[in-house]
Amino acid sequence: MISIENVSKSFVLHNQGATEIPVMQNASLTVAVGECVALVGASGAGKSTLMRMIYGNYLTVTGRILVGDVDVAAAAPREIIHLRRHTLGYVSQFLRVVPRVSTLDVVAEPLLATGTPREDANIIAQSLLARLNIPERLWSLSPTTFSGGEQQRVNIARGFAYPYPALLLDEPTASLDPANCATVLAMISEAKLRGAAIIGIFHDNAAREEICDRQLDVTKYTLGLAA
Amino acid sequence: MTPLLQVENIAKFYGARIGCTDVSFDLYPGEVMGIVGESGSGKSTLLNCLAGHLTPDDGSVQFDTRAEGLRDTITMSEPERRMLSRTDWAFVHQHARDGLRMNVSAGGNVGERLMAINARHYGDIRGSAIDWLGRVEISEDRIDDRPTAFSGGMQQRLQIARNLVTGPRLVFMDEPTGGLDVSVQARLLDLLRGLVREMNLSAIIVTHDLAVVRLLADRLMVMKDGHVIETGLTDQVLDDPQHAYTQLLVSSVLQV
Ligand SMILES: Nc1ncnc2c1ncn2[C@@H]1O[C@H](COP(=O)(O)OP(=O)(O)OP(=O)(O)O)[C@@H](O)[C@H]1O
Ligand SMILES: Nc1ncnc2c1ncn2[C@@H]1O[C@H](COP(=O)(O)OP(=O)(O)OP(=O)(O)O)[C@@H](O)[C@H]1O
Ligand SMILES: [Mg+2]
Ligand SMILES: [Mg+2]
Repeated sequence: MISIENVSKSFVLHNQGATEIPVMQNASLTVAVGECVALVGASGAGKSTLMRMIYGNYLTVTGRILVGDVDVAAAAPREIIHLRRHTLGYVSQFLRVVPRVSTLDVVAEPLLATGTPREDANIIAQSLLARLNIPERLWSLSPTTFSGGEQQRVNIARGFAYPYPALLLDEPTASLDPANCATVLAMISEAKLRGAAIIGIFHDNAAREEICDRQLDVTKYTLGLAA
Repeated sequence: MTPLLQVENIAKFYGARIGCTDVSFDLYPGEVMGIVGESGSGKSTLLNCLAGHLTPDDGSVQFDTRAEGLRDTITMSEPERRMLSRTDWAFVHQHARDGLRMNVSAGGNVGERLMAINARHYGDIRGSAIDWLGRVEISEDRIDDRPTAFSGGMQQRLQIARNLVTGPRLVFMDEPTGGLDVSVQARLLDLLRGLVREMNLSAIIVTHDLAVVRLLADRLMVMKDGHVIETGLTDQVLDDPQHAYTQLLVSSVLQV
């Protein structure tokens, strides 16, 4: 489902003396249907960077990143938007909130965007919020003022609302208590069972061992780069 | 899919000074494109060339007309272009006063656009006007007030209602949230997001506010000195800018 071939990345900071920061070289990875692969490596090793490249959030200049039959490294913006709407979900580390939009709408949006009728979308969104222990009195409020853990759970609910065939999860359990963490892990294994190909970053070793089939240490693509 | 708008090599000069030059892009139905860049970079010049307010010195602007498919709006006759700007296009100005008739009631401002495309039934026109005022959150009891009695944010919402009542397919916006308080801006942005999705609008939004494009635009075009220097998916251009100027632009704001 996801196939990464010989991908390299460096950042050039033009306004800081054109400093070039090489982050990775010739990274390759494949993730099959129903499989969950963990990205590991020390802080700054490039885990989030690789994930953002797969999502098209960071530009990929060399190599190929196939998600389904779309090469993210070569696709036009509208193809990536289509891919994100129908195929590739992403739970980022932090929720980016749109002012004035209610929590229920934030979660229902991916469903509405793919043509699910409003009523059905609401029912799915409500059940996800309930499952993730977001109190019902908060559903009509914007998540802007929520706690970090609440925002993270809203973010997860949103990421799991639509059954994406491929999912990217950047530290989905980072700020959660054990009960909510267990819920999220259960949701991930359900996604695997329905065939989702998943790439995850988990700081928590126990969570990673429980849910991931394999792991990729991204350090092996960064060794020797940072001089 | 046919693009709704196909822009090729647009250039506009003011004497020896470059307004904008070498601008090409396609816009597809339902897509929202943002144009950012510093003051004087050519954003308004380009937008006005696309919307038929300025005649470019070079290039073509093909629009997918309902009747005849792609037509170059630069070479079409003035009446044809005027018809498009009344039906399929909308233009939201930075200053609401440029897009409203200040001595006509709020209801009249909205109804007038309908009459311009031959709506005649008074009850229907008033009904549409009330509906649209409601959609932009202006209460019905203000329908007979003139825009001069409205706040800046309300005027801007009225301008949007006036523009969208005819069901356009392409909306041009020049700094639609400029000069408004942050909280008023947020409300307006939320409104625009909803309308763009419900009506499957295509839009081109000029702004220097990166938070605005992050929220509204699928794609981004960065301009400097009349040239397009970087384009791409909005979040990619903002989070991983490639060009020195874009990096400067992004790093100059606190957080977007
Ligand atoms: N937009 C960017 N511009 C410049 N450098 C960047 C950018 N994003 C990431 N980097 C750099 O790339 C390297 C890898 O960062 P990344 O965020 O991928 O690490 P990580 O493995 O996810 O670390 P952590 O576990 O701390 O989240 C770091 O040196 C970081 O500073
Ligand atoms: N009518 C005009 N006559 C002469 N020069 C003009 C005219 N209109 C614009 N220009 C020049 O063309 C260039 C582009 O101007 P334009 O108004 O398109 O910039 P802009 O990006 O919209 O700026 P702002 O963000 O300040 O609105 C500028 O150098 C400007 O001085
Ligand atoms: Mg990270
Ligand atoms: Mg301007």
